[in-house]
Amino acid sequence: MKGEIYRVAGPVVTIQGIKPKMYDVVHVGHEGLMGEVIRIKGDKATVQVYEDTSGIKPGEPVVNTGMSLSVELGPGLLESIYDGIQRPLKVLQEKMGDFIDRGVTANGLDRDKVWEFKPIVSSGDDLKAGEIIGVVQETENIEHKIMVPPNVSGKVSEIKSGKFKVDETICILTNGTELAMMQKWPVRLPRPVNKKFIPKRPLITGQRILDGLFPVAKGGTAAIPGPFGSGKTVTQQQLAKWSDTDIVVYIGCGERGNEMADVLNEFPELQDPKTGRPLMERTVLIANTSNMPVAAREASVYTGITIAEYYRDMGYDVSLMADSSSRWAEAMREISSRLEEMPGEEGYPAYLSARLSEFYERSGAVSSLSGEEGSITVIGAVSPPGGDFSEPVTQNTLRIVKVFWALDAKLAQRRHFPSINWLTSYSLYTQGLSEWFAENVAPDWVPLRDNAMDMLQQESELQEIVQLVGSDALPENQQLILEICRMIREYFLQQNAFHPVDTYCPFDKQYKLLKAISKYSEMAQAALESGIPMKDILSLESKDELAKVKFEEDFDSALDVVLTKMDKEFAALGGN
Amino acid sequence: MTKEYKTIIEISGPLIFLEKTEPVGYGELVHINLPDGTSKRGQVLDTSADIVAVQVFEGTGGLNEEAGVVFTGETIKLPVSKDMLGRILSGSGEPLDGGPRIVPEQRVDVNGASMNPYSRKPPEDFIQTGISTIDGTNTLVRGQKLPIFSGSGLPHNEIALQIARQSKVPGSTEDFAVVFAAMGITNEEAQYFMEDFEKTGALERAVVFLNLADDPAVERIITPRMALTAAEYLAYEHNMHVLVILTDITNYCEALRQMGAAREEVPGRRGYPGYMYTDLASLYERAGVIKGRKGSVTQFSILTMPGDDITHPIPDLSGYITEGQIVVSRELHRKGVYPPINVLPSLSRLMNSGIGDGKTRDDHKAVSDQMYAAYAEGRDLRGLVAIVGKEALSERDQRILEFADLFEDRFVRQGRDEDRSIEGTLDVAWEILSELPESLLTRVDNKYIEKYHPAHKSN
Repeated sequence: MKGEIYRVAGPVVTIQGIKPKMYDVVHVGHEGLMGEVIRIKGDKATVQVYEDTSGIKPGEPVVNTGMSLSVELGPGLLESIYDGIQRPLKVLQEKMGDFIDRGVTANGLDRDKVWEFKPIVSSGDDLKAGEIIGVVQETENIEHKIMVPPNVSGKVSEIKSGKFKVDETICILTNGTELAMMQKWPVRLPRPVNKKFIPKRPLITGQRILDGLFPVAKGGTAAIPGPFGSGKTVTQQQLAKWSDTDIVVYIGCGERGNEMADVLNEFPELQDPKTGRPLMERTVLIANTSNMPVAAREASVYTGITIAEYYRDMGYDVSLMADSSSRWAEAMREISSRLEEMPGEEGYPAYLSARLSEFYERSGAVSSLSGEEGSITVIGAVSPPGGDFSEPVTQNTLRIVKVFWALDAKLAQRRHFPSINWLTSYSLYTQGLSEWFAENVAPDWVPLRDNAMDMLQQESELQEIVQLVGSDALPENQQLILEICRMIREYFLQQNAFHPVDTYCPFDKQYKLLKAISKYSEMAQAALESGIPMKDILSLESKDELAKVKFEEDFDSALDVVLTKMDKEFAALGGN
Repeated sequence: MTKEYKTIIEISGPLIFLEKTEPVGYGELVHINLPDGTSKRGQVLDTSADIVAVQVFEGTGGLNEEAGVVFTGETIKLPVSKDMLGRILSGSGEPLDGGPRIVPEQRVDVNGASMNPYSRKPPEDFIQTGISTIDGTNTLVRGQKLPIFSGSGLPHNEIALQIARQSKVPGSTEDFAVVFAAMGITNEEAQYFMEDFEKTGALERAVVFLNLADDPAVERIITPRMALTAAEYLAYEHNMHVLVILTDITNYCEALRQMGAAREEVPGRRGYPGYMYTDLASLYERAGVIKGRKGSVTQFSILTMPGDDITHPIPDLSGYITEGQIVVSRELHRKGVYPPINVLPSLSRLMNSGIGDGKTRDDHKAVSDQMYAAYAEGRDLRGLVAIVGKEALSERDQRILEFADLFEDRFVRQGRDEDRSIEGTLDVAWEILSELPESLLTRVDNKYIEKYHPAHKSN
């Protein structure tokens, strides 16, 4: 059955003559532009089109595929770079050149590539939905587990072994169902799981302020809101580079082309600190830049999270970065306004909050249908207009996420990076993760951290007084607190993402660094009490040298040298 | 073949509505023939089997229901050729300089296509503008889009011209060109630019598109697209390094708002359309470098912030798309500092890929970070001094306070024709940093202090 175009207004096209279902994918016009049905009214249906509609005329044909927007899942996802609707950018470049034309389709997975499939079930076995039937070595470190699709089950009548392409049959069930390595899944539908758990393990990111003060759990959710120039993208990229998850899905949603080019350039060169392999081998990139079609931007976060769920189902820890969720919300707003829907707050559609929570709820630590335990950690950047956190996207996000990393333009302006404000940020996982930290980092890590936070809080109160009377008017012990806090800020919290050593800080190093500051703090307080003048305590060389140990390749021995010197210097000061 | 329709049923602001047409393509170019023999151009905004909406570039003045409308069957295209260099064109691409029409080598859709992120080459070639606050602390690289955020009455035009005049890639002799697009600026401002281009001989290497304040606002929507199309053509077909200057983005956004209101769209923040981010992105994102091609498009747009408010939707949305911003400060301007660039809210996101050993100098990043940190602290202390007086400050704080003054006076301030090399800029930086005690230089590695600090260098 064929329909035709009735009306074209930008990315929104009205069609007539066919009866599609909601969210069916249709091809419109002579060029077959891909679109998705988003409203049905009488004999007409409204379609959001993922490509540019210039020159498209009423009366051109429309074909319904009868399928909803789906992604292809199987070996070959890793190391891929997709646009918002899972078209590989590399293939698009081969087909259309350096600029993205329209009307070109491309398979998400390479149909010609051959993979070595090793079955782990045999004929006669009963297969539950989601069960693992075999494995493929996808990259050096990732074993791709081939699963029965979540809506299929039955008894194996034949299972093959050897080299296959993704769409070739590898398993036949007694009911006649043929399974290939590749399966398709509609992006707007969460993949089912057995059970969700409360997250108990931290996501180690190698970023001191994140791991140290505001940790996120594996399976948790975090938001990074901040005005432009405050370092959202650098933070997101640091997380994508150094998070200790097995798989990283990075969605560049409505952001800068040059930034994506930088990621594409850099990731294959960088090493995963855990495995020593190129980072790209564990990464799936989705790049739908700000000038690519807005409807595809809307779809890009769903494409990303569906891929993340697929790897989670295999039992992997996945982290997903969405940069930026505000651009996604704006895409919703743009399409909603073209549909002439009644707007909610600031022109955003009334369903903004529901869509955001549906998306973040697809995170979690789970037991999958196959019984494997995996997790998805979702970290969303938010770009509030004018840096005003009271706007709808930030507010609706904060109602859902458990960790809030508040970026602060003031800190960025003085080149305090990462410019995450330690007073306004929070993590609701701190308590739940204490046990893990005590066991795996050090028993005194939690009190050490709480003490640092407490000092920083005191500092902000003291700063208010300093603003009025100057720092010299404070009693000496309070001046000391200010100095210790300056050390915590500059030595511990500040971290240089572009420094080869400092860009990634293992937890052990974080602990030792904070411990060293705390040691100085204790010794200085004792010295002060025994009557040593403040300026002598402040002018210790070892204190200034501590500033630079984080940049040393041989951190441990550099730290030892400084600490030994510190002991000597304090001893030389005398006192009791 | 070209059929003329006389079926206008409504004229409203810059829009006309027609009925009973053959199928018309979305975005098609339209000619409107008036009864008095003149003609106007427009573009299809909404098309259906029953009704077609057209926005008219030259305004709907003088139009009535008797006008004839011809649909050209193609989207808006710009005739491009290398001969465009040295020409002055209107905001919709017609010659204004009395010269012949452009003989096209190609006709290119002005909307362009989005560059495949996979084809982009990360920008990394340092451009020396000769201005310390840009080269030293907010470095520009080829393929970047770095706007000037300014306010009315500030010398942004002078800064833009100085950049256009002085920009070069040290050691490179490749072809360069300037594409200049004026959107809604006054005749006087346009003259100022043209005079400078002529005086310095830059006009020979320039393509100029002029949409002045009294030209139709709707045309402003096309002007930057024409300019960027010409720039892409010169860059990617003729291997030139093109610097595009778009001024003033604020006028462009006003035109966008005007169109949105005429179309009775649901407005977003402050009445600007909800799609303004996407629309601005379709301009700004047309900067870049492509793998395997020689040319590049670098954008230097100017926007005046209404009420100097950086959170206004125009600078705000721009800042989220562009790779940083150069902020012109009224305070520094009043102090008589030229160029009055406030480095604190300024930023170049691509700076780190364009600087360092082999590009500028190994100490560049450290020096820049150190100056930022010290200057930021110095500015805060100024506020404190106003309350408690200078005497209440500690010795350390007084030194930092003095640094802030030195920074504005020696590093920021420079002549209108002073073209500082990057070495010159970094040397000035070390001169003023050396006024601080060495123990305060926590952002700088010891090896750089030993290599470049004046106190060590002379030994």
